[in-house]
Amino acid sequence: MNRFLLPLAGFVLLLVVLLVGLKRAPDKSNLPSPLIGKQVPQFTLPNLFDNTQRVSAETLKGHWSLVNVWGTWCVECRAEHEVLLQIKQEARVPIIGIDWKDQNEDALSWLAQLGNPYERIGTDNDGRVAIDWGVYGAPESFLISPAGTVVYKHIGAMTQQVWQREFLPRVSGTVGPGA
Amino acid sequence: MGAQALLCAVLALGGAAVAVDTTPPLPDPLLQQRYYALTHELRCMQCQSEALADSSVGLAADLRVQVRELLLAGQTDDQIRDHMVARYGEFILFRPRMIWRNAWLWAAPAVLMAIGGLVGWRILRNRARLADADESRVDDLPEP
Repeated sequence: MNRFLLPLAGFVLLLVVLLVGLKRAPDKSNLPSPLIGKQVPQFTLPNLFDNTQRVSAETLKGHWSLVNVWGTWCVECRAEHEVLLQIKQEARVPIIGIDWKDQNEDALSWLAQLGNPYERIGTDNDGRVAIDWGVYGAPESFLISPAGTVVYKHIGAMTQQVWQREFLPRVSGTVGPGA
Repeated sequence: MGAQALLCAVLALGGAAVAVDTTPPLPDPLLQQRYYALTHELRCMQCQSEALADSSVGLAADLRVQVRELLLAGQTDDQIRDHMVARYGEFILFRPRMIWRNAWLWAAPAVLMAIGGLVGWRILRNRARLADADESRVDDLPEP
């Protein structure tokens, strides 16, 4: 009896360790960003609506902003577009777009067709700025504090649920590190 | 005729599969060697089970170009790894580095070996003791 107790205990322990590992394994489609809690990366992009203007890290200072990385080639971006328009209607947090590896004409006709939720859009035609932001799957949405810190990141289509559960409480300071 | 066309199509496909990495080669063979090693140990974040070198995704191509540029700018392998980790996190490394958070993982093989060795040693010692304690002699054994 006693002979089997120790190996059995070891086996059960191993089982528990492996089960916990399985349950707690990070969702690989939503990996934590190393940028959370840090200043936004320095960038300067021409504004899609007026290429004499620039969109940069300075644009994000002094107020909360939602930075949304998208592209007309991205299917999920079309799916989230309606929600972005609703967020714009709310008028609490301005949306700054980063148009990732896209053609400016395509982007403009997409917005003419579907409506424009963005205050400004930086055109990242060669994708360099997106790399500095650690973007790997559009759409991605970043919540930026008035101090210019990355507070939260969501990968995949924005939904009302995500917006109300993860973004808004951080803006109103009821959860997580405020500004 | 049909078979020939099929053969052509298959060969064309093969060609496309080989030429995933279209980043121009580096001027220095030593740099090219380091480029080869780095793009094989950095993960393609979009496909995740593939290395940067093997992935045909647009982002992987962009990251390969960036690795090439950083090499040309004279950065060390570690600096380039840090550059990628700062943007994408430790997950981009196929070979995890030892940090405090995963130290137990690195220590696990040694700990398990030690436990196994201890158990083995105890079993052997117990058996040796049993043999020592057994004072019966072959002569005393009853005839079969």
